[in-house]
Amino acid sequence: MSLPDDYRFTRDHEWVSVDGDIATIGITAHAAEQLGDVVFVELPSVGTSFEKGDVFSVVESVKAAVDCYMPVSGEVTEINETLESAYEIMNEDPQGQGWIVRIRMTDTTEIDQLMTAKAYADYLSTVE
Amino acid sequence: MQYIPLTENECRQMLESLGVSSIDDLLSDIPAAKRLKQALNLPVAMSEQNLARFMKRLASFDTPHDSIPCFMGAGSYRHFVPAAVRAMAARSEFVTAYTPYQPEISQGSLQAMFEYQTMMTQLTGMQVSNASMYDGAMATAEAALLAVRAKRCQTVMVSRALNPSYRTVLDTYTSNLDVTITELPVNSKGQTDLTPLLSLDAKNIAGVMIQSPNMLGVIEDLESIGRQLKQLKILFVVVVTEAMSLAILKAPGHCGADIVCGEGQSLGLPVNFGGPYLGFFTVTDELMRRMPGRVVGLTQDTEGRCGFVNTLSTREQHIRRDKATSNICTNQALCAITSAMYMTAMGQRGLRNVALMNMKKAAYLKSKLETVSGVSIPFDGPAFNELTVVLPASLDSFQKALAEHGIIGGYDLRCSWPELGQAMLLCVTETNTREDIDRFTVVLSEWIQEVRG
Amino acid sequence: MNCKDPFPGIKGLIFDEPLIFNRSESGRNGCSVPDDDLVDFTYSIPDTFLLRDDIPGMPEVCELDMVRHYTRLSQWNYSVDLGMYPLGSCTMKYNPKVNEEIASLDGFAQLHPHTPIHLSQGALQVMYDLARYLTEISGLSAVTLQPSAGAQGELAGMLIIKSFHVNNGDSQRVNVLIPDSAHGTNPASCVLAGLKAVEIKSGPDGRLDPEAIVPYLNESLAGIMMTNPNTLGIFETHADKVADMIHGAGGLVYMDGANLNALMGIVKPADLGVDVQHINLHKTFSTPHGGGGPGSGPVAVSEKLKPFLPIPIIEFDGERYMYQWDRPLSIGRLHGFMGNFAVMLRAYAYIRALGPDGIRSVSEAAILNANYIKEKLRPYYNLPYNDICKHECVLNDEYQAKNSITTMDIAKRLMDYGFHPPTVYFPLIVHGAIMIEPTESESRRNLDQFINAMIRIAQEAEENPDLLKSAPHLPKLTRLDETLAARKLILRWTPDA
Repeated sequence: MSLPDDYRFTRDHEWVSVDGDIATIGITAHAAEQLGDVVFVELPSVGTSFEKGDVFSVVESVKAAVDCYMPVSGEVTEINETLESAYEIMNEDPQGQGWIVRIRMTDTTEIDQLMTAKAYADYLSTVE
Repeated sequence: MQYIPLTENECRQMLESLGVSSIDDLLSDIPAAKRLKQALNLPVAMSEQNLARFMKRLASFDTPHDSIPCFMGAGSYRHFVPAAVRAMAARSEFVTAYTPYQPEISQGSLQAMFEYQTMMTQLTGMQVSNASMYDGAMATAEAALLAVRAKRCQTVMVSRALNPSYRTVLDTYTSNLDVTITELPVNSKGQTDLTPLLSLDAKNIAGVMIQSPNMLGVIEDLESIGRQLKQLKILFVVVVTEAMSLAILKAPGHCGADIVCGEGQSLGLPVNFGGPYLGFFTVTDELMRRMPGRVVGLTQDTEGRCGFVNTLSTREQHIRRDKATSNICTNQALCAITSAMYMTAMGQRGLRNVALMNMKKAAYLKSKLETVSGVSIPFDGPAFNELTVVLPASLDSFQKALAEHGIIGGYDLRCSWPELGQAMLLCVTETNTREDIDRFTVVLSEWIQEVRG
Repeated sequence: MNCKDPFPGIKGLIFDEPLIFNRSESGRNGCSVPDDDLVDFTYSIPDTFLLRDDIPGMPEVCELDMVRHYTRLSQWNYSVDLGMYPLGSCTMKYNPKVNEEIASLDGFAQLHPHTPIHLSQGALQVMYDLARYLTEISGLSAVTLQPSAGAQGELAGMLIIKSFHVNNGDSQRVNVLIPDSAHGTNPASCVLAGLKAVEIKSGPDGRLDPEAIVPYLNESLAGIMMTNPNTLGIFETHADKVADMIHGAGGLVYMDGANLNALMGIVKPADLGVDVQHINLHKTFSTPHGGGGPGSGPVAVSEKLKPFLPIPIIEFDGERYMYQWDRPLSIGRLHGFMGNFAVMLRAYAYIRALGPDGIRSVSEAAILNANYIKEKLRPYYNLPYNDICKHECVLNDEYQAKNSITTMDIAKRLMDYGFHPPTVYFPLIVHGAIMIEPTESESRRNLDQFINAMIRIAQEAEENPDLLKSAPHLPKLTRLDETLAARKLILRWTPDA
């Protein structure tokens, strides 16, 4: 699976892509594959603030449900409403169109604490 | 032993094939010192004939409600069940199946459950029903927990006129959680008074729970309560202990209820000395994913044929473990299916007619009691099939008089409603004859005359 | 022609049947409404605004329609009465018919729960005696029959443990150790009682390693929840040692009694240091599962925990059975009445029919049957934990993986042979688990037939894997799409659907 070089990753298998102080967050292709067919995503409301490490969403498949933890702190500016009518994009394009939320980061330096694509790839090889 | 097919010969051969010489060799992992040296101290085995005779004798020490005039209700209701319902509910394909973990060979239970869910939504006016809870009391406790989860605040206000055992179960379920239960009083009509709520900050209240018809037998004004709670954005939980009333009273779902739950025993289950009963649980679409318990959904097989499966199971304990919406696993499936059979057998008109007959019998009882001097009927709110009466002298003495006349009276309200005095909750259903009611009234008048000397 | 002893899964006569709502015809009447003996009594319904006019959608069918509908539906169900149901941890044993008759006696079925005690002595005696028998089987001191199922029993047990600690001034004791092989209800029940679930890893032999709990033996320990035999069907050999360690640290031992069918008359849980345990009457004591319930989950406790039992308890003064309500330390109530009485009745009759020797024979035969299946299938299926088992054994799909055959495929193919599949994908610590519990009810002939079916399936996995992947072929429906059900939720019938 491909891991975009400009993304950052967490040990909980989330990815972050940064544009200024806006971060787009989703689950990695690895996580989506492990989960199987996604059947529901619980989305937060726009305007909610989260600290790094807070649960901001729950992604459910038929066999599992996983909590998604905020990789960085911030306030939700946008949620991926397309998901609500087409959960399959979470499986088809988890690291692109299957993003979950966009947030305005309160501390952009938190990004530096996350794994690079290379570090995440190494991490994946230890998990598997 | 007729339930264990193993023969001595087979046992020997099977042990041989395992390479061991006795069953004890299969128990070697249990510390020898802990293994029992003598037989359990239990009564010796009985033949089926003796067992049947013995159990009949035990049963004869009990007085079934339909063998004498009975006026007991208070959470368990005496209704006539057509023979066809019992016959279908006794089919061993339903009785001896497990939870439908393998849908391809469990379509009978699953479709019946889907139909049950549908009928409960029709009866309550709600959008979603689960596949059952243990009983009405537990369903009520789960409703409070749902309200707290959904609203993310701790206070739940409960009508004083909630069945007292439901209240105790609610307190037990919430005792170690961050939940506060506060009480709403009743007014002179016997209906819940929302006034104390208005002085509180609605933001801190997750839900309000109202039983209707309530523990005093009074039908609550759900429409008006629903309107007020909607404005305050407080969840409205309607608890129904007498599900038969739903066939004639305005559906709580059309009165703004967010959760309608309670006891479905009235729908085809015998009184069974208190169980198994049927906790029912229905919610609006918005609360669907927070609802506890199993739920059956429609889908299709690989050939495109319609079929049913358990769904929304990610809320459940086997997947979510300590984050589940509830710990419930085994439920009351057969009771739910039986109630669907009962509703099917009765049909729309049958249910309505029986419900109307209950109201009429209660009105007749009331009219008779009004002629007995010394008896007071403290609440003038509308009734379904239960009625609170206050006696002029000790209830114990009246119960004794009833016992002498071979009558089972009503529920003793003194424990939970001491301020009412010698109060009793009477229940009449279609199983009570006019003669029963007349006789009760006569015994009551005679007793009053006697105690007044 | 093979008339001798074929596999039972041959195609039967299967009728199709729509939803009951599609059989409905407005105006059709299916019931006989009780006679109105108040025709001359006129009353005005107060407040007509309280009433509804109709119940839209509620079916209107005649009695025969109703009977055919449910008879046809029933024929789509697998059941114990139809064939072997080796679901692990579910103890799908035979449900004796006489117990159904007993439960329907008027003196029990038509007995109102608020009947005065002098008119309900028979029912009270059943409950009193059943509690005594369960006390004897568990070795504990007292029993509440109130919980409606195993999970509610767990909750009762956890609330009792919590109350015990709080009453001792130890409200900081919140940690409950739960092995990773536990039933999902354990952690969920724990949280509901205001306690914290702490997962403990099982040892390499599938047992709880006493060393693993050492870090948690401190002031925060509330207790441990153990299933014994555990969900691998293996006896927790160190159970008594673990109990000593837990007790030494001020904690209590809870035993999930789901697997009690392996221990009756062989060892008393109390002798292994158990303080509280629940018992599933719908597993161990032969009461039917009803397609998911009702069950009954009595809880047995040691002497020191007796004051915390739910109210009321039933007492006997030598002449009369009665309720005892005055118990200030009680956790409260879990049921609107006394619990699932009709389920208790069946369990009571079962114990009386078996007697002490019969009860022990149940466990012995259950253990023999499970070991027999395990040994016979070992050459064909991987056995992750190779040890003598108790009432169930756990295999997996490792040998079949090379043909891309999974546990699910094996399970579905078993249906074609006329067997209910075992429990699959549980316990979670075994990848692709196949958990088989034959119970004592199955004769060797039935066991052999099941074993032969499993062996055939292992061969098919080699020779014709597609046959397994597309299984089942014989039931009314083929594999159902759970993803579709969860994505496009349809949870009730509507007229326009």
